[in-house]
Amino acid sequence: MINFSYTIWILLLPFLMFLLLGLAGHKLKAKLSGLLGTFGLGIITFLSYLTAYKYFFTSEKIDGAFQKITALNFTWLQFTDKLHIDMGVLLDPISVMMLIVVTTVSFMVHIYSLGYMKGEKGFERFYSFLSLFSFSMLGLVLATNIFQMYIFWELVGVSSFLLIGFYYQKPSAVRASKKAFIVTRFADLGFLIGILILSFNTKTFDFISLTNPSGAAISQGSSIGFLGLSVMTWSMIFVFLGGAGKSAMFPFHIWLPDAMEGPTPVSALIHAATMVVAGVYLVARMFPIYAISAPVALDVVAYVGAFTSLFAAVIACTQTDIKRVLAYSTMSQIGYMMLALGVAKYGGETGLGYMASMFHLFTHAMFKALLFLGAGAIIHSVHSNYMTDMGGLRKYLPITHITFLIACLTISGIPPFSGFFSKDEILAAAFQSNKFLFAVEYAVAGITAFYMFRIYFSIFWGKDTQYQHTPHEAPATMTIPLIILAIGAAVSGFIPFNKLVTSDGKILETGINLVIAIPSVLIGLLGIGIAYIMYRRESTIPDKLAAMFKYSYKWAYNKFYIDELYLFVTKKIIFRYIAVPVAWFDRHVVDATMNTIASVTQGVSFRIRGFQSGQLQKYAFVFITGAIMLAVLFIYLWK
Amino acid sequence: MDILSLFVVIPVLTITAILLLKDTRQVRVVSAFGMGLQLLMAGTLVFLYLSARHAGNSDEMLFVKDYLWFKSLNIHYSVGVDGISVAMIALTSLVVFAGIFASWEVEFLRKEFFVSLILLATGVFGFFISIDLFTMFLFYELAVIPMYLLIGIWGTGPKEYSAMKLTLMLMGGSALLLVGLLGIYFNSSPDANRLTFNILEISKVVIPLPAQRIFFPLTFVGFGVLGALFPFHTWSPDGHASAPTAVSMLHAGVLMKLGGYGAFRVAIFLMPEAAHELSWIFIILTSISVVYGAFGAIAQKDLKYINAYSSVSHCGLVLFAVLMMNQTAMNGAIIQMISHGLMTALFFALIGMLYGRTHTRIIYEMGGLMKIIPFLGVCYVIAGLASLGLPGLSGFVAEATIFVGAFQHPELFYRIVTILAVSSIVITAVYVLRVIAILLLGPTTNEHFEHLPDARWFEKISVVTLIGSVAAIGLAPFWLSSMIGTSLHPIIDKIIALNPF
Repeated sequence: MINFSYTIWILLLPFLMFLLLGLAGHKLKAKLSGLLGTFGLGIITFLSYLTAYKYFFTSEKIDGAFQKITALNFTWLQFTDKLHIDMGVLLDPISVMMLIVVTTVSFMVHIYSLGYMKGEKGFERFYSFLSLFSFSMLGLVLATNIFQMYIFWELVGVSSFLLIGFYYQKPSAVRASKKAFIVTRFADLGFLIGILILSFNTKTFDFISLTNPSGAAISQGSSIGFLGLSVMTWSMIFVFLGGAGKSAMFPFHIWLPDAMEGPTPVSALIHAATMVVAGVYLVARMFPIYAISAPVALDVVAYVGAFTSLFAAVIACTQTDIKRVLAYSTMSQIGYMMLALGVAKYGGETGLGYMASMFHLFTHAMFKALLFLGAGAIIHSVHSNYMTDMGGLRKYLPITHITFLIACLTISGIPPFSGFFSKDEILAAAFQSNKFLFAVEYAVAGITAFYMFRIYFSIFWGKDTQYQHTPHEAPATMTIPLIILAIGAAVSGFIPFNKLVTSDGKILETGINLVIAIPSVLIGLLGIGIAYIMYRRESTIPDKLAAMFKYSYKWAYNKFYIDELYLFVTKKIIFRYIAVPVAWFDRHVVDATMNTIASVTQGVSFRIRGFQSGQLQKYAFVFITGAIMLAVLFIYLWK
Repeated sequence: MDILSLFVVIPVLTITAILLLKDTRQVRVVSAFGMGLQLLMAGTLVFLYLSARHAGNSDEMLFVKDYLWFKSLNIHYSVGVDGISVAMIALTSLVVFAGIFASWEVEFLRKEFFVSLILLATGVFGFFISIDLFTMFLFYELAVIPMYLLIGIWGTGPKEYSAMKLTLMLMGGSALLLVGLLGIYFNSSPDANRLTFNILEISKVVIPLPAQRIFFPLTFVGFGVLGALFPFHTWSPDGHASAPTAVSMLHAGVLMKLGGYGAFRVAIFLMPEAAHELSWIFIILTSISVVYGAFGAIAQKDLKYINAYSSVSHCGLVLFAVLMMNQTAMNGAIIQMISHGLMTALFFALIGMLYGRTHTRIIYEMGGLMKIIPFLGVCYVIAGLASLGLPGLSGFVAEATIFVGAFQHPELFYRIVTILAVSSIVITAVYVLRVIAILLLGPTTNEHFEHLPDARWFEKISVVTLIGSVAAIGLAPFWLSSMIGTSLHPIIDKIIALNPF
C-alpha cells in the first residue's frame, strides 16, 4: 500500500490560507497576500499531481480495477452507533481526476487574478475567498461519505455567494449573489432530504459501503417501496435535485447567468470549471446506486440533462453579453455530461457514458476556463461585456485571439482538439441507448458551434469598432494562464480516459466511432459556416432573421421568461401571500387573543372592584340583603 | 463550599460588591470581573467534569450536594450536574460575560441595571445546577422578576406594555408549571409517605399513567411558554423589541433555554409515557413554530422583530427534537439550545451596537453599512451564516443532528413532519440574506451614516467571545456532542424501557 496520508495537506493548506488572509490580510500588502495565496495553491497543485501520478501509475489494482483508497478518515460527529459524519480523504479515479481539474484551474485563476484584479479594493479579501473556495471544493471532491460532501457542498455554495457578491456595493451583484444562494439552497434541501431517506434505509453515509455494487446498502433500499417507486429511487431523485441546483440544470438554472456579476476569474473557476460540475460529480459518485437500484432516477438525470442542453444552447444564440453567452454554454455542456451519465449503465461496454461524461467534464473544465479567462482579458481591455461594443479585436489582442480560437474550435468538437474526443464518446453512448436523446444532442452540437463562432467572429472580426482607448494585450500574468490552458484544451483529448476513469474501474475498450464522428464534425462545421456568413462581416442577416422569427426570438432573448416566473413566485406568492399574512396573523390573531385575555381580565376587575369600596354601610347593606335572600331561598326551597 | 454552589455565590457576591460601591464608574468593572470569574469557573467545571468522566465516574449526576431546607415538605437544596447542565452552564456564563461588555455604556441607573442583570443570571445558574424541583422552580421565578424591571425601566419603545405582557405570559406559564410540579410531587412515591422533589429519585419511580396524562401537558406547556411554543410565543417579539441589548441577549440566549431544558429534564424525563402518547400534538405545534416563525421573520422590518421570529423558529426546533425522544434528536436539541443561545446573543449584541450608532432598527432606513463599519458588518454576516446553518459554525451541527435524529423515528408521520421542519432551512436563508443585503450591502443610502465609528474595544470583546464559541462548536463538535451524548444514555434508557417502540 502506498501511503497517501500527506493528502490531508491538500485540505488543510487552503483552509489555513483562508484564515491567514481573512484575519490578517488587511495588515499585509495587497500584492503579498495575492502571492501568498498563489504560492499556497501552487503547493497544493503539486501535491495533487503527485497524488494522481501515484494513484494511477503505481497503486495496486485488484482484478484489473482501480481500488477506492481511504487515505484518512476520522469521526467528526457521531449520530448513532452506525451513523456518523466522518472527515477524510477518499481516492478513486474520479476524485483524483477532479483533484487535477480543481487545482489546475484554480492555480491558473490565482495567477491570472494577480493581473486582472490588480489595484482592486479588497484584493486580499478576494484571495482569502478564493482559498475558502479551493478548500471547500477539494473537501467536496475528496469526501469519504455523503454527509461530508454535503458539508463542503454548502461551503462551496457560500464561497460562491461571497465571490459573486464581491463588488458588494453594486446592487446587481448583491441581488445575484442572494439569488444564487437561495436557489441552490432550495435545491440543497432536496439533497438533504435525499440523504435522510438514504441513511434511514441503509444506515450508513459511507460512500464505499453505499456504492458497493454487491453490498447490502443497494439491495436493502431497493426492496422497500413508497408511492410506487422504491425508496432508493426516491432518495436518488432528491439527491439529484441538489446536483441539479449546483449544476444549474433546468429549472434551477436561473442563478447561473446572474452569477456572472462576479469578477471574471471567479466565473471561470467556480461558474464554469469546478463548482457547477459538482452536480455531475455527485451523480457519478453515487452512480452504482443510480444504475443498479434506481434506473428511473437515472432516466430523470438523462432527460433533464438533454433538455437543459438544448434549452440553454437556444438562449445562448440570442444573448449579447459575452459572459452570459458563456454561462448558457456552460449549462448546455453540463447538460451533455448529465445526459451521458443518464444513458450509462454500470460496468462493461454499456458503461461508456460514464467514462464519456467524466472525460467531457475534464476537457470542458480546460476549454471553458480558457474561454472565460479569455473573455476576461477582452473585457479588461475594452471595459465592456457587450459584443456590440467589440469588433476587430484580433489586431490588438493577438494572444487572446489565438487562445480563444482554440477554445472555440475545441467546444465545437473539431478534431484534433480535446472537445472532439469527449463529445464523440458522449454521442456514441447516447446512440447506443436512446436514439431520441442522441438526436437532441446532435442538434445541440451544431447550435453550440454556431453560437461560439457567433461571439468569436463578432469580437475578433466583424465591424471595425472605434475605441476610445486603444485596446492592448493583457499583462503576462494573464496571458500565461491562457496559453497553458490552451495547450491543455488542445491536447487533453489524448489522455486515455478509457484506461483510467471508468464506471467499474476496469479498462474499457473504445475507439473513434466514424459513423458518429464524421457527422458530428460536419454539423460543427456547418454551425461555424453559418456563423461565418452572418458575423464575419457586418451584415443585416441576423437582424432580418430576428425580425422573421420575432416571437420565438423574443422568447429566447428573454430566456423564456423563467426569471419572471421566479420573481412572481418569490416576490408575490412567498412574500406577499405567505410571509406577510403570517406576520399579520401573528399580530392580529394570535397576539390579539392573548391581549384580549388580558383586557377581559382587566375589564372584569374594573367592573367588580366597586364591591371593595371600604364603606361599612355598603358592606352591611350587602351582607344583610344577602342574608335575607338566602334565608328566603332556604325557607321556600326546603319546605 | 462545593463547586456548583459557587455558581450562585459568585453572582451574589458580585451584586453585594456593586451595592457597596460609591463610584458608579467602577460598577461595570466589578461586574466584568465577577462574570469573568464565573466564565473561568465554567471552564474549570467543564474540565473537572470531563476528567471525572474520563476517570470512569459513571454516576448520572456528578458533584452532587444535598441540604434539607424545608423538612415538612421534604424540600432540599440539592445540586448536581451532568454533561447537559454543564454545557448549559458554560453557555450561560459566555452569554452573561458578553452581555456585560455589550452594556458597557449604559448610563441611566447604572448600578441598578447591573444588579438586576446579574440577579437574573443568578437565577439562571441556580436553575441549571438544581436537581430539586422546588429549588429549580424558585430559581426560575428569580430569573423572571428582574426581567420585568430591566425591560420596564431600561427598555425602549412601548416598554411598560412589553414588560407587563412578557411577565404576565411567563407567569401564566409558571402557574401551569406549578400545578404540574406539585402533581409530580404528589405522585413521587408509590406509598405516598416519602414524597420528594428530587428529580433523580422521582425518575426511579413510575408516575401512574392517568396522572402523567394530566401533568405532562401542564408541565410541558408551562415550560413551553418560555421556550416560545406556538401559540404562546407572542411575548417574545414585543419583549425583545423593547428590551435593552444585554437583556435581549440574556433572554433569548439563556432564559428561553430554561424552557427547552425544563421540558426535557422535567416533563419528558419524569413522564415519558404520557410524552410518548401525546407527543404528536406537540410535534404539530412545534413544527408550526418552526415554519411559521421563519415565515414571520421574512416580512418584518425591525431587526429585533426579525430576530425574535427567528428565535421562535429555532427554539421550536429544540422542542420538536426533544419530542422525537431518541438519543440523536435529543442530543441535537441540546446542541441547538447552545448554538441558538450563542448566535442569538451575538445577533442581539450586534443589533444593539447598530442601534447605538444609527438610532434606528428599521432595515429600510439603513443600507450599505458594510463599507462604513466593516468589523460589525462582517460579524453580522457571520452571525447570519451561523443562523442559516452553514457548516463550520454551530447552527449546522445542531440542525444536522436534529434532522438525522428525527428522521430515524420509526413512524412515518414523524418522518414526514421532519421533512416539513427541514424545509425551514430555505426560509431561514431567505430572511437572513434579505437582511444582510438590505442592511449591509449595496450603496450607502443615508449620508448621515457615512462617518459612523466601527466597534470599540469592549464591543469587540463581547462579539469575539461569542463568534469564537460559535466557530469552536462548528469546527469541532465531537467533544460537545459526546459530552451530551454520554449523559443522555440513562435518560434514553428509561424512555425506551417504558415505551418499547
